[in-house]
Amino acid sequence: MTTVAEFKIDYHQVLDPEGKLVARLPSFAEDVNEVVKMYEAMTRVRVFDTKAVNLQRTGQLGTYPPSLGHEATHIGVGAAMQPEDVLAPVYREFGTQLWRGVTMTEILKYWGGDESGNDFSGPRHDFAWCVPIATQTLHAAGAAMAFKVKREPRCALAYIGDGGTSEGAFYEALNLAGARKLPVVFVVVNNGWAISVPLKEQTATQTLAQKSIAAGIPGIQVDGNDVFAVRDVVSRALETARTGGGPCLIEALTYRLSDHTTADDASRYRSDDEVRTAWTTEPLLRTRKYLVNAGAWDDAKEAALLHDAAALVEAAVTEYLHLAKPSTDTMFDHLFAALPTHLQAQRATARAYATKPAPSKPGASKHSGS
Amino acid sequence: MAHGWEMQRDDSVVVIGQDVGANGGVFRATAGLQARFGSDRVQDTPLAEATIAGMAVGMSTHGLKPVAEIQFMGFIYPALDQIVNHMTRMRNRTRGRLTCPVVVRMPHGGGIHAPEHHSESTETLLCHIPGLRVVCPSSPARAYGLLLAAIRDPDPVIFLEPVRLYRAMRQEVADDGQALPLDRCFTLREGNDVTLVTWGAMTLETLRAAAELDAHGISAEVIDLATLSPIDSETILASVSKTGRLVIVHEAARNVGVGAEIAAIVAEHGLYDLHAPIQRVAGFDTIMPLFRLEHDYIPSVQRIVDAVQLTLAD
Repeated sequence: MTTVAEFKIDYHQVLDPEGKLVARLPSFAEDVNEVVKMYEAMTRVRVFDTKAVNLQRTGQLGTYPPSLGHEATHIGVGAAMQPEDVLAPVYREFGTQLWRGVTMTEILKYWGGDESGNDFSGPRHDFAWCVPIATQTLHAAGAAMAFKVKREPRCALAYIGDGGTSEGAFYEALNLAGARKLPVVFVVVNNGWAISVPLKEQTATQTLAQKSIAAGIPGIQVDGNDVFAVRDVVSRALETARTGGGPCLIEALTYRLSDHTTADDASRYRSDDEVRTAWTTEPLLRTRKYLVNAGAWDDAKEAALLHDAAALVEAAVTEYLHLAKPSTDTMFDHLFAALPTHLQAQRATARAYATKPAPSKPGASKHSGS
Repeated sequence: MAHGWEMQRDDSVVVIGQDVGANGGVFRATAGLQARFGSDRVQDTPLAEATIAGMAVGMSTHGLKPVAEIQFMGFIYPALDQIVNHMTRMRNRTRGRLTCPVVVRMPHGGGIHAPEHHSESTETLLCHIPGLRVVCPSSPARAYGLLLAAIRDPDPVIFLEPVRLYRAMRQEVADDGQALPLDRCFTLREGNDVTLVTWGAMTLETLRAAAELDAHGISAEVIDLATLSPIDSETILASVSKTGRLVIVHEAARNVGVGAEIAAIVAEHGLYDLHAPIQRVAGFDTIMPLFRLEHDYIPSVQRIVDAVQLTLAD
């Protein structure tokens, strides 16, 4: 027998868990202020995330999927994208959305039970949250196809989780992207757990990055807790895609430090030891160490950042809690460009029987779904 | 022809699907388009229905108007996830920020000796989905006018093409860019004694039944539903108020069929106009058989005539 094809998967890390450089500093990080900006953004996401979980626990937000531990991947991707690129998120990438200009209030609005949170002030061409697993990868490929047909130098970027790579839509999107050499980048956020199912029970593959190989596109693995490496790898993949070089699959290795959602209890299926170990490699710690070593960060700056982030989050929460209950008309008014006749009658019925706003706060809890 | 007109008029219209390019589609619906408009605007896709629907979502939200072909209705199911969860929800869940002006065309129904899974009529599944229009033409002229309307519509439209009609009739169609209205029925024949509501290929048997009834002195009005969802209730109710009798004819299975919705609309709003119970003539609630029995499944002229006679019995 002869070998007819051979493949390899590279792994990229710039900053180790101790904040030490283990590879050449990417050019964007030569300006330490840029690193400070990313660190501040990661911290703000974490403060927001903690508050959102707290809001759910106190009955003021619906089911919420925490992003604790994913900050480097989410901010690294956000910083690598151009405003005109299109983001196709899953449902956990708050960091990328906030970096791109979606507001905290808009995020809370959606998870507080109002679709209008998806009518956000961030990039108007970005996709909204995508709950049906892996389906968003085809939307990103389709958007990339539109850019290719219209000869626009733009890219689409789709997120997907480790569990999502088991879905057919994921393979179809990779296949389409490869066959048509589309300007699209797929970022697999491998946080080890698909709700309660660990990766080794999800697939026998050695890496998720190599799932690109059957589609004929390059795959690379990156330390997803290393914001330098994520931004570096994603920037290069986007640049390649933007200039006609085709798609790429990036597997970002991270860890879900929190539950799958606020309706989940991860202690039922994974050990405290595993979680404790994961905390030693989490993303904020190493970035802070790097900045301290570079003389760009200290305790006073940290305290000021946490204070400002808390104030920002509080202001968003206050705005969110004062939002009025949406009109029942909104169920009808965006179904079609023009409402068909029989729905006009139903809209009137809904209006006549509309329930009063909850006496206390909007977005009441008692959600039991995932 | 409608494809060509609209692609010429509107640069954003693109055709995607399996074998729609050089081959021009298995029923020749897109013949010659790739040579005329190039392979960016007339694209063969990988052999994957979820890909076709999913990429149509992505393309339509970013400035294109895809006209997607699913090769047969029996193969729509992998695409339903994208149609139900995204294509039809996009406008609503982004409050109009992103929209999906997509047409999903597919051959519909039986009667041409096709293999298994190539002859089903499952439009009722699609009609149940909010935010979706379902259209089914009954002649070349209506196919032209309704397809133009579907492409110009700012929302997703399912366009069912009855396979029996692809070659059943030859009709001169003016390529004049004139669209027909969506959400409206077409009265194919006026009459006073009974209203026959049908769509797609079943207009053939229904019009033959009407001719046969006419020979027996019974005047039947034949309405082509054309847009299966949303239903043009006004035209149907006006006809029933005139005739006092209603027979609904469809090829699809009877259980929870579109005919049941029409019967319910007339029961709710036109019950006192009725001189006799409503009759439904439909496919059986069985699996569509292979072709040796397909004409025993598809309602015959005689079944329609007999149902009309039942409404006239009292």
